[in-house]
Amino acid sequence: MQLYDMPDARGHFGQFGGTFVAETLVEALEELRIMYEKYRHDPKFLAEYAYDLKHFVGRPSPIYHAKRLSDKIGGAQIYLKREDLNHTGAHKINNTIGQALLAKRMGKPRVIAETGAGQHGVATATIAARLGLECVVYMGSEDVKRQAPNVFRMKLLGATVVPVESGSKTLKDALNEAMRDWVTNVHNTFYIIGTVAGPHPYPMMVRDFQAVIGIEAKEQMMEMAGRQPDAIVACVGGGSNAMGIFYPYIDVPNVRLIGVEAGGLGMETGQHAAPLTANSPVGVLHGNRTYLMQDADGNIIETHSISAGLDYPGVGPEHAWLKDIKRAEYVAITDDEAMAAFHNLCRTEGIIPALESSHALAHAEKMAKTMHKDQIILVNLSGRGDKDINTVAKLANITL
Amino acid sequence: MSRIQSVFATLKQQGKTALIPYITAGDPHPKHTVNLLHTLVKHGADMIELGVPFSDPMADGPVIQRASERALAHKVGLTAVLAMVKEFRQTNQTTPIILMGYANPIEAIGAVAFADRAKAADVDGVITVDYPPEECGEFVKELRARDIDPVFLLSPTTEPERVDLIVKQASGFVYYVSLKGVTGAANLDIIEVTKRVASIRGQTSLPVGVGFGIRDAATAKATAAIADAVVVGSRMVQVIEASTDENLLSNVAKLMDELKTAVDAA
Repeated sequence: MQLYDMPDARGHFGQFGGTFVAETLVEALEELRIMYEKYRHDPKFLAEYAYDLKHFVGRPSPIYHAKRLSDKIGGAQIYLKREDLNHTGAHKINNTIGQALLAKRMGKPRVIAETGAGQHGVATATIAARLGLECVVYMGSEDVKRQAPNVFRMKLLGATVVPVESGSKTLKDALNEAMRDWVTNVHNTFYIIGTVAGPHPYPMMVRDFQAVIGIEAKEQMMEMAGRQPDAIVACVGGGSNAMGIFYPYIDVPNVRLIGVEAGGLGMETGQHAAPLTANSPVGVLHGNRTYLMQDADGNIIETHSISAGLDYPGVGPEHAWLKDIKRAEYVAITDDEAMAAFHNLCRTEGIIPALESSHALAHAEKMAKTMHKDQIILVNLSGRGDKDINTVAKLANITL
Repeated sequence: MSRIQSVFATLKQQGKTALIPYITAGDPHPKHTVNLLHTLVKHGADMIELGVPFSDPMADGPVIQRASERALAHKVGLTAVLAMVKEFRQTNQTTPIILMGYANPIEAIGAVAFADRAKAADVDGVITVDYPPEECGEFVKELRARDIDPVFLLSPTTEPERVDLIVKQASGFVYYVSLKGVTGAANLDIIEVTKRVASIRGQTSLPVGVGFGIRDAATAKATAAIADAVVVGSRMVQVIEASTDENLLSNVAKLMDELKTAVDAA
């Protein structure tokens, strides 16, 4: 069997990925590509990364057998990979540590980041404080309003949060603005992208830093269940937590990989953030070629999801590739279905999941019903839901 | 010889530098665009860069972002822009039009169909900000097969080996972006630009245009002394933004007259 070996030297996953950037950024990306190639297998760099994952983040994150939830649904056994237990409360920190250590080695005293829900911004601000780096986070002004607690956390950690007023004032616009900052300050600035999108080498590099999720899971499943799961389910916005758990399993036969996109108000309404499920056209945005929600003129259309972290019109190019080669499957879960799964996990297992992760949980519940009791679904519980309590309260008409 | 090439050849004989204003199609309103194009020509534009509005203009500063947003509010996309060029061509067959924009509107149509439609509208050149030469080989082939010039940007960070790679793909001219950063950013370092332009000339016989940071007669004149073309973008768009329906054309004409005098005096 031929082992999976993607992307190619210039960051292509088949027709997807690549380096679609203005000439002003080409040199900076080339420098990053060379430095990442140099350090990705460097024992000292990897040891430092592993040390921080263990002592600062608290890895390995456990796998938990959600027995009461499984019994309640009455089908396959549901296991949870507990990324919600990481320091800062989500998988995002795995990646920001890797990139910040690289920034240090490249002699860049300033890091910038884009953020939607604020989890990646918090994770970046956290590692910047830990390493003594200046930190600027770009966040759509709509998201600044929706995610006030995370804005405050970033400020406590010493970061500057810049509200972005252009375009739809959400995640994609924050990414545009971070790119503009980077192009202007490239001499002293490292751009920490939070997902498996952006120009090469970001999709590959972020995947590699998140792959620790799947690498751990492979060992832990053997310990806990004596075998690998029948299916792995993870939510997909840009797709970093999903890539992190999928990647080490790509070459493992008989493990289904299922990415769950945000179905918003329903696929039929067009008010969603699910380019793979919707069979959106292929296009170029934020430095890579991928499936993109767009109008006939090629302008990006506004997306909708209850979860700010999934509210993105594109998807990482490797997911586009995995869909095309049929190694992974992609489905959508609506706002309402995700909310139901959110409450279900709270009440049956005593875990408050992030709304993003609730999409994966909702799909796992659907699947479990159709499977046998001795089958296993592993859900990547990518983050905890504390950040979402205001959104949930508002939807349930509860005044906090 | 393409229209762009022949304009540069004529100006060279006259010892002159080309003045290339930039406007975003559909800004401030689509009804003005063709009139604006004719006004630019009447007041000294040797060629025109016509911006194709895009929802996510990553390489542009706030001035040109706002122009894109104004145009998109009136649903001006690539198809509408091509129709505007066609209309302009009904009474002007001599001034080159260079479309400037981002890859995705082209991807949405497809490289071959775009090249066909650009040719049908009589477009002369295309600058695609986020198509570096490594990613657009097929696209360049389709353009050149139709005598449309693919124009590429060179930046202060572009290494000489890369300049070689880029000038092999480019035709018409190359466009040196005189600043790090986005469009509309601060000051132009004319000494640095002079050095870089001289170095680029050592690697190609293509004309060299310079843009980013040219905002008045003084910077236009200084740039004209060393470049084959001077591109004025954000300043032009600022004047458009500050105008009313009534004084739009006269304000643009006034800025063009100042710039033309400065460029010709270099």
